[in-house]
Amino acid sequence: MTAPLDVPGAAEQAVPEAVTAGMGRAIEGRSLWQIAWRRLRRDKVALAGGVVIVLLVLVAIFAPLIVQLLGHPPLEFHYDQIDPDLQISPAPFGGISREFLFGVEPVNGRDIFSRVVYGARISLLVAFLATLVAVVIGTVAGIVAGYYGGWIDSLISRTMDVFLAFPVLLFALALAGVITDGSFGLSGDTLRIVVIIAIIGFTSWPYIGRIIRGQALSLREREFVDAARSLGARTPRILLTELLPNLVAPVLVYATLLIPTNILFEAALSFLSVGIRPPTPSWGGMLSDATHWFQIAPNFMLFPGLAIFVTVLAFNLFGDGLRDALDPRGR
Amino acid sequence: MRHTRRFAVAAVGAVTALVLAACGGGTSGGSSGSGSGGGTGDGSIHNPSDAKGGTLRYANSGDWDSLDPADTYYAYSWNFVRLYGRALVMFKSAPGADGATLVPDLAESLGKSSDGGKTWTYTLRKGVKFEDGTPVTSKDVKYAVERSLDKTTFPNGPTYFNDFLDLQGYTSPYEDPSPDKLGLKAIETPDDSTIVFHLNKPFSGFDYFAQLPATIPVPPAKDTGTKYKEHVVSSGPYMFQTNDLGKSFTMVRNPNWDPATDPNRKALPDQIEVALNVNSDDIDNRLISGDLDVAIEGSGVGPSAQGRILADQNLKANTDSSLQARIWFTVLNADVAPLDNVHCRRAVMYAADKTGYQRAYGGATGGEIATNLMPPVIPGAQQFDTYPTPGNAGDIAKAKDELAQCGQPNGFTTSISYRAERPKEKATAETLQQSLVKAGINLEIKPYPLADYLKLYAGKPDYAKANNLGLMVYGWGADWPDGYGFLSQIVDSRTIRPTGGNSNLGVRDPAVDAIIDQAVNEQDTAKRQQDWVDVDKKVMDDAYMLPGIWAKGLLYRPPNLTNVFITNGFQMYDYLALGTTRK
Repeated sequence: MTAPLDVPGAAEQAVPEAVTAGMGRAIEGRSLWQIAWRRLRRDKVALAGGVVIVLLVLVAIFAPLIVQLLGHPPLEFHYDQIDPDLQISPAPFGGISREFLFGVEPVNGRDIFSRVVYGARISLLVAFLATLVAVVIGTVAGIVAGYYGGWIDSLISRTMDVFLAFPVLLFALALAGVITDGSFGLSGDTLRIVVIIAIIGFTSWPYIGRIIRGQALSLREREFVDAARSLGARTPRILLTELLPNLVAPVLVYATLLIPTNILFEAALSFLSVGIRPPTPSWGGMLSDATHWFQIAPNFMLFPGLAIFVTVLAFNLFGDGLRDALDPRGR
Repeated sequence: MRHTRRFAVAAVGAVTALVLAACGGGTSGGSSGSGSGGGTGDGSIHNPSDAKGGTLRYANSGDWDSLDPADTYYAYSWNFVRLYGRALVMFKSAPGADGATLVPDLAESLGKSSDGGKTWTYTLRKGVKFEDGTPVTSKDVKYAVERSLDKTTFPNGPTYFNDFLDLQGYTSPYEDPSPDKLGLKAIETPDDSTIVFHLNKPFSGFDYFAQLPATIPVPPAKDTGTKYKEHVVSSGPYMFQTNDLGKSFTMVRNPNWDPATDPNRKALPDQIEVALNVNSDDIDNRLISGDLDVAIEGSGVGPSAQGRILADQNLKANTDSSLQARIWFTVLNADVAPLDNVHCRRAVMYAADKTGYQRAYGGATGGEIATNLMPPVIPGAQQFDTYPTPGNAGDIAKAKDELAQCGQPNGFTTSISYRAERPKEKATAETLQQSLVKAGINLEIKPYPLADYLKLYAGKPDYAKANNLGLMVYGWGADWPDGYGFLSQIVDSRTIRPTGGNSNLGVRDPAVDAIIDQAVNEQDTAKRQQDWVDVDKKVMDDAYMLPGIWAKGLLYRPPNLTNVFITNGFQMYDYLALGTTRK
């Protein structure tokens, strides 16, 4: 028995809702990015995070100018601001004044404002570059593992497990003691920054790697990949032009969420005094110094702490908003 | 901040053990009583009292290395151990300089030497008993010294007996084939109340060795080796009631302690409680609020509490400032060019701003500006200044003059190392960087982990040289207030071992070594003290060390504490004397 396909009413039902909704208006094609931007624009919290991030980056870039206008050189001692017996500023609120916006550091009287501003440079530089390292390694490893599968996947996945199980902080502590000046032809702050970036970058890539692997695993079964393959596209082409563009969204989201983690990690390293060496200012190092003073000079701990807090919060809010915008199902 | 922290390194070598103690706040002498003493701890007794009773509450921000008298090397521990043990000799329980003099304790008198200072004899007091009522004999003392020689079982204690007794290969009573375990030939016990020590070389200051906790008697039958610290058998006025290792312990009166045999101890409180591993800021706050009586480490309150106390006249009235037999200094490493030239080292001496050094250690409360090595609190020490600068703030013109003589008129670049866990040493490195750069000397700052500072980094000559550590921030406290106890381990070049773990970070001068030998053999006290001053002067002339600060500690005493005074023997409150009005 054969039933006629054009049952009355069936055609009407088959029309997608979107089409009915769009009837009577010109249908506008929108790219993923346009849609995402529209969603992001409505998310005021995420936008605020984004604005703070832009401001922080500007502060880091123009630190010398800002300090010249509003502060003192970050390494300059101001013994005249310090009570020699109490070791802190005799003025109330840790010496906060028009001249010293955040007050002065105990013992040597350095300008806390200038040091926080300069600290932003180290924090952001390390966090961005370490994230870049992690993203590059993670994406390559994830895509290869997810696309090829089999023993390659097993190998890469187990490697990720090993890195995830690695006691990173202990490793960093040990390494910082072992690496001497002149290693890799570098010395001083440059060497420390490179080492910190390397440690953070090489240990945080598996987080991104796993996510990318999962995405690649599902993408490779999709029709457009099959289509490309049946048209004779080679593997590199499939990876670069078919898979990668579809992975940009998750990469971007997780990179944004990895940055605050890395800021905290850098602060932790400096706090444990294996990060940037004194007297170069860094937020973690300032916090570490401030622990001995917080009862009588709370401003010394407050401002670098606040700087870390605001930065991490801004990146997290912006990252969350970005994820919601790019991948609403991930909510 | 507190200087009493110590490396957790098992030290076998003689020098290493010394190093440990000194870095940690070892055992040293001097309060503000003598010499240049300022502050309020000037040899007076606060709230003098003979009233017995009450509970005295101590707290420790860390833990003992060990409660075992054979295995301890902290000043506070040597002070406290006198409550539960009686050594042959002890530092007098008296305020100020008097507290740095030795008096017989278990012995009837100080040691009698013969054989040119190679043989020392002590006679024990009659009627001294352990807590279980058995009488103390000279064999218990000999056994105690024997077990202290075993640095595998007891790595923490000093090694003076290992170095100076004529051991003839003896290692440990635990490996002693003789049935009574008393096989050491270097100590004779002709009868139960006589003990004779035979040394391998003359040593004029043997009574200082006899005051070490290692001579506190241990009954062989009760010795449990490493577990003895769980219940040390008391020969003093207090014995352990409970002992929860790492947390707390309590002590009560020892019924078998007879005051008639003991002229030195007042034993005022009925009970003593000690809490361990308490946060140091918490200790300071509880002291001020009256929930605690004594911060046992005796190194002074932390910077937060110092700020609170100095800002409040009522609190300030309850403090004592103790000048310690401890110096914070920076070594100028002659291994590293161009500091191998004495003129370059002198340039550093002139360029350094010592007021900044003092600020790094807490200002006038933290210490006095040091112009030479030996702290004034050490008997016989002389204060002199080989490199005077206006207001101690550095003299850039003179520094540049020395630089020119050194062939480095435009200055040079080198590194400065410090212990990463020590904020004050960090502040020192930063202030030296600021002051030396004015003379054209650039410093790169390099922190290293405290635990391995001597073993792997600054204390290891080839590492220090390879890493260009021209300046090394360090500190040292005397094992006891005496030239030998203070200087020998930091300036004698023969203590430097290429394998690391040195506390002499860079003084290599045969002339210095020769004066040290002369001092050790000198029987006359005044001449011996002058020899040590000469050592000090020679080291300053050749500019091997930049003296920074003679340390002081700001001690807080709650109002309920009675009979409080600082003893120069330990440069903190004398724990034998303390009592409380809080019942």
